[in-house]
Amino acid sequence: MSGTTLLSLILAVPLLAAIGVVLTRANPNLREGVSIGAGVILFALVATLTGNMDWHAPPTLVLAEPVPGLALALTPEPLGVLFALIASFLWPITTIYALGYMRAHHEQNQTRFYTAFAVSIGATMGIALAGNMFTLFVFYEILSVATYPLVTHAGTDKAKQAGRIYLGLLMSTSIGFMLFAMIWTWQLTGTLDFTHGGVFGEEVSEGVLSILLLLYVLGTGKAALMPFHRWLPAAMVAPTPVSALLHAVAVVKAGVFTVLKVSVYIFGTDTIARIAAADWLLVLAGFTILMASLIALRKDNLKARLAYSTISQLSYIVLGAMLGVAAGAIGGGMHIAMHAFGKITLFFCAGAIMVTAHKTKVSELNGIGRRMPWTMGAFAIGSISMIGAPPAAGFISKWYLLMGALDAQQLFAIAVIVISTVLNAAYFMPIVYAAFFKAPDDSDTHADHGEAVLPIRLALIATATLAVLVFFFPGAPLALVQQMVASP
Amino acid sequence: MTLIDHLPVLAVIVPLLAAPLCVLIDRARPAWLIALAASWLSFGAAILLLLQVTQSGTISYHLGGWPPPWGIEYRIDLLSAYVLLIVTAIAAVVMVFAWHSVESEIPSERIARFYAALLLAFAGLAGITTTGDAFNVFVFLEISSLASYAIISMGRDRRALNAAFQYLMMGTIGATFILIGIGFLYMMTGTLNMQDLAALLPEVSDTRTVRAGFAFLTVGIGLKLALFPLHLWLPNAYAYAPSTVTAFLAATATKVAVYALLRVLLDVFGVEFSLQAMPLNLILMVLGLVGIVSASLVAVFQDDIKRMLAYSSVAQIGYMVLGIGLANTTGVTAAILHVFNHALMKGALFLALGAIAYRLGTATLRDFAGLGRRMPWTMAAIVIGGLSLIGVPPTAGFISKWYLVLGTLEQGLWPVTLLVLFGSLLALIYVWKLVEAAYFKPAPANAPAVAEAPLSMLIPVWLLVGANVYFGIHTDISVGVASQAATQLMGAGG
Amino acid sequence: MNELPGLYNDWVAIFLMMAGFYVVISQGNLVKKLVGLALFQTSVFILYISLGKVAGGHAPIYDPAIAIYSNPLPHVLILTAIVVGVATTAVGLALVVRIHEAYGSVEEDDIQAADEAESTASSSEASAEEDAKQ
Repeated sequence: MSGTTLLSLILAVPLLAAIGVVLTRANPNLREGVSIGAGVILFALVATLTGNMDWHAPPTLVLAEPVPGLALALTPEPLGVLFALIASFLWPITTIYALGYMRAHHEQNQTRFYTAFAVSIGATMGIALAGNMFTLFVFYEILSVATYPLVTHAGTDKAKQAGRIYLGLLMSTSIGFMLFAMIWTWQLTGTLDFTHGGVFGEEVSEGVLSILLLLYVLGTGKAALMPFHRWLPAAMVAPTPVSALLHAVAVVKAGVFTVLKVSVYIFGTDTIARIAAADWLLVLAGFTILMASLIALRKDNLKARLAYSTISQLSYIVLGAMLGVAAGAIGGGMHIAMHAFGKITLFFCAGAIMVTAHKTKVSELNGIGRRMPWTMGAFAIGSISMIGAPPAAGFISKWYLLMGALDAQQLFAIAVIVISTVLNAAYFMPIVYAAFFKAPDDSDTHADHGEAVLPIRLALIATATLAVLVFFFPGAPLALVQQMVASP
Repeated sequence: MTLIDHLPVLAVIVPLLAAPLCVLIDRARPAWLIALAASWLSFGAAILLLLQVTQSGTISYHLGGWPPPWGIEYRIDLLSAYVLLIVTAIAAVVMVFAWHSVESEIPSERIARFYAALLLAFAGLAGITTTGDAFNVFVFLEISSLASYAIISMGRDRRALNAAFQYLMMGTIGATFILIGIGFLYMMTGTLNMQDLAALLPEVSDTRTVRAGFAFLTVGIGLKLALFPLHLWLPNAYAYAPSTVTAFLAATATKVAVYALLRVLLDVFGVEFSLQAMPLNLILMVLGLVGIVSASLVAVFQDDIKRMLAYSSVAQIGYMVLGIGLANTTGVTAAILHVFNHALMKGALFLALGAIAYRLGTATLRDFAGLGRRMPWTMAAIVIGGLSLIGVPPTAGFISKWYLVLGTLEQGLWPVTLLVLFGSLLALIYVWKLVEAAYFKPAPANAPAVAEAPLSMLIPVWLLVGANVYFGIHTDISVGVASQAATQLMGAGG
Repeated sequence: MNELPGLYNDWVAIFLMMAGFYVVISQGNLVKKLVGLALFQTSVFILYISLGKVAGGHAPIYDPAIAIYSNPLPHVLILTAIVVGVATTAVGLALVVRIHEAYGSVEEDDIQAADEAESTASSSEASAEEDAKQ
């Protein structure tokens, strides 16, 4: 298969899956079969694409050209392919998990759920493989709209309120800032293509570049940089599979992925290193890391704690991108992959606890590890990965981030990374400790449950295993990310 | 001369002649069939005209064989052909939709006369776009306006009568202003032909008479255009008119007024006079911006959805006027492009609302609860139309926003850019109120059982929705013609 | 011509126009509004007709003895405009008749009061329904 055929298939498969889900709505087993099948096919396609890739002459698929010179085009590049690999790999796993979760939880409107899910994955593929900023923006907006019904899935007033915050923040930042920055870039340079070393020439002043960088990064609401982070905790009203795949992997990673792409391919790491706004954003990212961790410490609701942890972890990637050195960008890129495995495991566990034990609060988890050993074991691995301790995935990316901070001689960044590691440990380790070593509360009326249902358990064991495996074999993702910085 | 040579006049004459025919027959279904045939014939003529103009340049047609400047000239340049295409296309689509909607909203003995008036309104609008004679513009304007007053008053709610009366008052004052303006120009130049006027005006442009004429014309067209703050007639007129009429007028009438504004400002008076010697660019820009923000804000708080979209129309007109006020080619391109795209999105939205009104009788926010399940196709159309209104890619609305923002940045007016984008966000709020109600609010327990709209309604709605997406991706036609027309206009004056 | 007082025909037109405009704005009675509107339009007709006058000109009927004619074109134009004006008044009056049938009044205040009463009634009904649901 040629590269362009592969690209069009990658985009088409999730959309076909969405249609398939609608068509098979009468038969839930078949419907979920369609989702899982599409996920497996999609991953195979992305893997084939990666395997046959010639990075010096990547295939380009032009879908349309709405404005002369500005095409809706897909061109794979290393970081995007890595992102696409992760998202497509985790989709079938999450679907298996969702199958157990949605049925155990007796959720309504499951067809709408799986349809919107498939469209969201399609949009994520578009973001990952976008050949220019315009295409990325188009799929970014589609992703915002497609995930909206997932957030408001419950249909309660609280869910609708959350949906408003969600869409309001994501749309207002992207239309208000990112679109502005994009058209401004277009007006200055006449191109929005992702180019090695950036698109801006010498004639653009540093002041303008600073404003543009601020607009781009703040306009990427999905990166959940403070003060535009409120949507992420709000989105936690969604069913847990959504929180797991979309709000720990696809959507938020789309955000930081955009930040990375912009800093590497629109500005270029050298430009980032010399403009003032990068330093301000570095400070903002550092602030977000620490603040979000402190808030996470105080959250008793497990999903809320995970959400704030995500906000904090995302800012690591922004931090890496804003360092303006290759190692920083590598660390950021690696963290997209590494954080994904850890965080999805944690969300799977949170969902498993909720469906099986009907518990949502951290303070209720005393002794739960004895009845749900698999779940809490996976949770422990996820926590270790979040903290960045070996032998889990998080260690690798934190290592590169630290190297980048040393390279750039940013003492501030180093301090932030170290302090936040301590904070991470402070809000995850007590959960693990309580689950395994504290005696269950006597007042607990729901103590008659056992381990989570099989599909859920399978999914979370798979992702936890991966989080460990990647620590020992980080070669493939690392090669891709290094390719991003290295290639001409 | 063969029929092809008469094309310019055909798009106008066909509906004009079909209208009395409807009255004579005075039976509902034949009248509808005549209206349908007439509008599609006009549409066909408009397509051929656009092709002809793009291939061989401006067409000049001498009515009755009298050469200009004595006789009346029909002059079709790119801009005319483009706007004529929009008007006739919307008319053709709306006529398909009309049958069921009109049948349910208008007493059967009045239906034939309703179609007659609708055709007259259509003929008047088509006439404005094709004629090259200033006085002829006034006559066609009044033909379409008088017919509009009549069809608006046929709404089911008695408030439609009052709305039509208000519109009549303001519309007549506007038309009279236009008449005065034309009189002043005639006084100074002795001609009514627009090309002739354009050639003769620069010599006398320094006189008070020409300036007064300019002011009268601008304000008069502004009234027809519903330019903020002259928009007061519009929300009520759109809210209470029959659904078919709202869809037709919202998608065409104000667009033709924008065309008239472009023609008068940039062609007759010339860019140099209108936008540089007079401070009109600033005035248009400020009024456009105030219109965008204030009308969008009002729209957010409306419960009657037709009214909400009517206010949204006022805001969208603000975008077009802002584009003209930017006084650069990109801005004018954006204005012309938005004329096209806005006709598509508002046409689709108002038709979909018409389908809902057909099933439910009303269209307030409360009626929307749970509609996503009960009328899935209609609601999906509203969602896509709404996204286009916000300007989310890949819809047509995004393309016009793109050019408009580019125009503001070319002028270095980034605060204006911010306001334009802010307008989009307000649109997001009012569109999302609908979406939320339709998909995430359960239908009230006592809600009547509602079926999906009939196919004769869904097909026109989805034709327009499809066009919204198509022209968001393939912009060769919409952007291509708009930018050529803008270059012609801007080049003509300087 | 450039003297401030200008030609007296202009002043007549301006006076009539403002008088008509004032009636449209100040009167609450719809029929009176229409009268004002007609006056407003007529002032423009007079302006146009006076435009055609050429000093010393005769009526534009061809005769070899006459050298200067008045300009007939504005008169022709205004014939059309008068027709439009009559049609406008007719449509307006027809609307007033319908309004009288529907509201029982042609006073703007009464109509507005009736509309407001209607809309508050429907909205209070709506809120009552909302309350009932909760």
